[in-house]
Amino acid sequence: MMVNLKINDLPVSVEAGSTILEAASKLDIRIPTLCHFKMDCFQVEHRSGSCRVCVVEVKGRPNLAPACSTPVTEGMEVQTNSLRAINARRTILDLLLSDHPKDCLICPKNLNCSLQALAQEMGLHQLLYKGEQSTYNKDLSSKAIARDLDKCIMCRRCETACNVVQTVGVLSGIGRGFNAVVGTAGLKPLAETNCVFCGQCVQACPVGALSEIDYKYDVWRALNDSSKTVVVQTAPAVRVAIGECFDMQPGSISTGKMITALRMLGFDKVFDTDFAADLTIMEETTELIERVRKNENLPILTSCCPGWVKFLEHQFPDLLYMPSSAKSPQQMFGAIAKSYYAQKIGVKPEDLIVVSVMPCLSKKYEASREEFSNNGVPDVDIVISTRELADMIREAGIQFEDLEDGVYDSPLGESTGAAVIFGASGGVLEAALRTAADWISGEDLQEIDFTAVRGLQGIKEATVKVGGIELKAAICSGLGNVRKLLEKIQRGEANYHAIEVMACPGGCLNGGGQPYHHGDSSILKKRLDALYRDDAGMPIRKSHKNPSIIKLYDEFLGEPGSHFAHKLLHTSYVNRRDQ
Amino acid sequence: MRIESPEFLKDAAAKYNSVTPPPVEILVSMGTCGIAAGTGNVLKAIYDEISAKHLENSFGVREVGCMGLCYAEPVIMTIDHSTGKQTIYGKVTREQIPAILSGRAGETSECYVIPRNWYYPEFETPAEGEIQARIVLRNTGRMNPEKIEQYIANGGYSALGKAVTTMTPQEVIDTISASGLRGRGGGGFPTGRKWQFAADQKSDEKFIICNADEGDPGAFMDRAVLEGDPHSVLEAMAIGGYAIGAHTGVIYIRAEYPLAVKRLEIAIRQAEELGLLGKNIMGSGFDFNIQIKFGAGAFVCGEETALIHSIEGHRGEPTVKPPFPAVQGLWKKPSVVNNVETYACIAAIIRKGAEWFRTIGTEGAPGTKVFALAGKVAKVGLVEVPMGTTLRQIIYDIGAGIKNNRQFKAVQTGGPSGGCITKANLDLPIDYEALKAIGSMMGSGGMIVMDEDNCMVDIAKFFLEFTLDESCGKCTPCRIGNRRMYEMLEEITDGRGTVATLEKLKILSRTIKDTALCGLGQTSPNPVLSTMANFEDEYLAHVKEGRCPAGACSKLIHFQITDRCVGCGICLRNCPANCITGERRARHVIDQDKCVKCGACFNACKFHAVERV
Repeated sequence: MMVNLKINDLPVSVEAGSTILEAASKLDIRIPTLCHFKMDCFQVEHRSGSCRVCVVEVKGRPNLAPACSTPVTEGMEVQTNSLRAINARRTILDLLLSDHPKDCLICPKNLNCSLQALAQEMGLHQLLYKGEQSTYNKDLSSKAIARDLDKCIMCRRCETACNVVQTVGVLSGIGRGFNAVVGTAGLKPLAETNCVFCGQCVQACPVGALSEIDYKYDVWRALNDSSKTVVVQTAPAVRVAIGECFDMQPGSISTGKMITALRMLGFDKVFDTDFAADLTIMEETTELIERVRKNENLPILTSCCPGWVKFLEHQFPDLLYMPSSAKSPQQMFGAIAKSYYAQKIGVKPEDLIVVSVMPCLSKKYEASREEFSNNGVPDVDIVISTRELADMIREAGIQFEDLEDGVYDSPLGESTGAAVIFGASGGVLEAALRTAADWISGEDLQEIDFTAVRGLQGIKEATVKVGGIELKAAICSGLGNVRKLLEKIQRGEANYHAIEVMACPGGCLNGGGQPYHHGDSSILKKRLDALYRDDAGMPIRKSHKNPSIIKLYDEFLGEPGSHFAHKLLHTSYVNRRDQ
Repeated sequence: MRIESPEFLKDAAAKYNSVTPPPVEILVSMGTCGIAAGTGNVLKAIYDEISAKHLENSFGVREVGCMGLCYAEPVIMTIDHSTGKQTIYGKVTREQIPAILSGRAGETSECYVIPRNWYYPEFETPAEGEIQARIVLRNTGRMNPEKIEQYIANGGYSALGKAVTTMTPQEVIDTISASGLRGRGGGGFPTGRKWQFAADQKSDEKFIICNADEGDPGAFMDRAVLEGDPHSVLEAMAIGGYAIGAHTGVIYIRAEYPLAVKRLEIAIRQAEELGLLGKNIMGSGFDFNIQIKFGAGAFVCGEETALIHSIEGHRGEPTVKPPFPAVQGLWKKPSVVNNVETYACIAAIIRKGAEWFRTIGTEGAPGTKVFALAGKVAKVGLVEVPMGTTLRQIIYDIGAGIKNNRQFKAVQTGGPSGGCITKANLDLPIDYEALKAIGSMMGSGGMIVMDEDNCMVDIAKFFLEFTLDESCGKCTPCRIGNRRMYEMLEEITDGRGTVATLEKLKILSRTIKDTALCGLGQTSPNPVLSTMANFEDEYLAHVKEGRCPAGACSKLIHFQITDRCVGCGICLRNCPANCITGERRARHVIDQDKCVKCGACFNACKFHAVERV
């Protein structure tokens, strides 16, 4: 049913149940918003109507109406720019700024802040209201996420990300009145909570209250330490997003420019996490086939995502036997770099610094897990996000968009199309299926596009005939969806052979360390397309065909799943429920 | 025993009524207010006296709820069944009990006898001087709330029986709609219409919720009803459930009301034992159960959406309406949220009919309203008057005017969301619209009287401070705006304000009213706006002259000793800050740097030598 209304005297007709904001956007009338957050591609909407920035005048209504959460009614007459509405909006913004630090120049969200943008858009150059400002201790307890609650504007978008989308349940409104703020239970530091560091809250936060823990300076220091050999690995999803930080079109594949920039920054070798992704497929697929053949401990769950692994450890400790024991590509890379590669170039592991560039904040935490270090030497030393790398490139004065394309160094830089799609939800499973199909059938199959597992949907299912076996697989991204699926399995309502799990909705392309998308779903879709475009253009598209991987097993590891491979490339999980 | 039909109920009532009462019954006010004032001791003295003098056959004791005479607690009432004479004694002490029981008290002056100035519209016509009409409080202070027999004997549960066996749900709603009953929690929304909305929803489950989260400072109407007459609320909730198609009722009550909770629990158990709640009520096939849910003392949880979130176990904060609870309420099911006082009217309306209800009160607001009369009024207490009664009648005729012969200045209605009403409007017949028109509101019924010693800027600050503490902090205008308002009021009372501050205050007040998310925020500037409108001169005196006309803002006053001082030294001895010096029989001096402006010297001086400037 359609509803007719007028906004600024212009008639418009929208579906019943639409909001004034949606009706206005149909007329291309912009109403400023702040707390409202919507991700169409995941059917997520945070519509609390709490900031009151979007108030408009509705004829016949005694008070102003929040456009984001007021449903349209037949014959409604809305004025978005009446003096009353403008005055109210300005006063609201004035109030928000009166309780917000004005240190934009040094804020991690500088130029990425919605409040700053709003102040600019509304041309507010003078503040009427002054008074007490909220002050809280900064929470820098974790390796991944920094909380600066002085900057919290109580939009509560992070809460929707944490509780509704991810069902992690760490963040919640606490306190009353002026002292209300988003906090953790018992005001615990984030490091002591169930937080999985997915960083979806950081993506959702419109201001500088939530950001990453910044390791740029540690990288600069390592790069300038002549006693160290510094190598870098770049995750698959980084290459299709980093261009956005330099005003390139979303979906640009900037692998070559990124490699050149990394070399210019001073990295001794520029390697690729994709190499390790291929290695992961070798180990994980071996495990998959073995578990399917023995028909035990099924389904096998992927284990590349540290946010998901921590979620499992906290929330489903009874299912710790399910995930593959294979380490994540980041950690496999670290382990190989500090053993195989260090030996090859004759450098002691402690003199080799491994830096990761990740679309993810949880990777910072993962690298710090005890099991991922050897004699006190971590496999991965420093993890920076896509955003931090972009900052470093800018700081170094590199004109990213004008760079020539470079190529990865050998041997840890060679990879396949199967590896690059790790950056999208469904990619790991598809890569595993490509290898499993070949191995089980003993052929070199040409039909390798498993399109059923692609896309941004939260839960995908596919039944694939591999050799003589019918594999039932599920792909799940977004921890809320993961919870639903695992509970289904616990209740015995679903049976699968394999499930790919990613903590962030849509997979790593939407990671907490990626350039801010500000709720624009089209950006994510373009990153997704770019990953599959990159895959299609690769000469080799199956992990087990990667010559460097084959060589690695020949020279160093032996067989996939061998004792030595297990020692180096596999891990175990911890019950964190009782901690 | 199980009451299986309305006839059975009638028989039970007749049976309870046929018991010959003791010759004299003594009603002892055992509400929270009475107990706090020492009624427990009085009660014990009564029992002691009866047993000591073997008066068991002459006297019966009935523990009842609050009679509304807070200023006179401990209160007891004697009913002489041979003559029908009722006598109310106030400020009763243990020592007076023998005189009261021997019947001599009325003749001597040692006891404080209070004339009854209320009547019960359901059963009586008013006599001279009976301004109060008790419908909501029809049983409160008259029956033992822990004895369901007394409620039944007084016609209790007959309205439920009538509704579920002789009326259709729609007829019940039509009756409530026709009665014109409006929400007594403050909003004044027509109850019948609310029920109709919920009834019209198709859903497998619906809920009837009772809002007993009474949180206004100085408001205690709902507590009195729950403590004194819990069954009337249970009965009404069951009637509401029948009307909208709900089988579950939830009472959301603040945990700070332990006595009310205890009596509700007893009442629910008794009603269940008799089959008046539970399955197949009075043979009608209608099932209804009631649960109690505790609030944690957040004022905002009186807002219906916040209340629902709190019941669900979430943070108690409001959400944008629509959807209204009647469409999507508790657990996303259609729910009706009504206040205690609203429910307390329902059974009377069903029994006596909509027309009868409309004969009381005004055209736009039939019925009565209970007010918690407090502040500087001589007789603080609970009053129930027909809508349309004037403030003058309430404050002067019932409340006996202002304490200590001071002058009336203003009365605040509607609690922290209301406004201050001045002398000019004392003769205004009050109902929802009339109060709104003069910048205040009905609210839940708190009525705080102020005299000339109250500074109106300070009063506005006081109410705003309450809102500040109780705001959930969800929306910007309430979270930050109210803080800024409070800071500006502080500037004014500290003497740092300017005329520009007043202008900013006005703009901000209007914006908050216009943009806040829920009723709490939207009404929070009312005390500021109404005092600014009605007492502008006081605000101006603060900002222009640095003077507090009422002498209440300590930063703007100081005390000094004039030459009337005889040097007696009483001020010196009373000063807690040791800042007064002076030789005996010589004029004393206050050290202004040390003075904390407590006013102890001012109050102690017998020679009016201490001046407040």
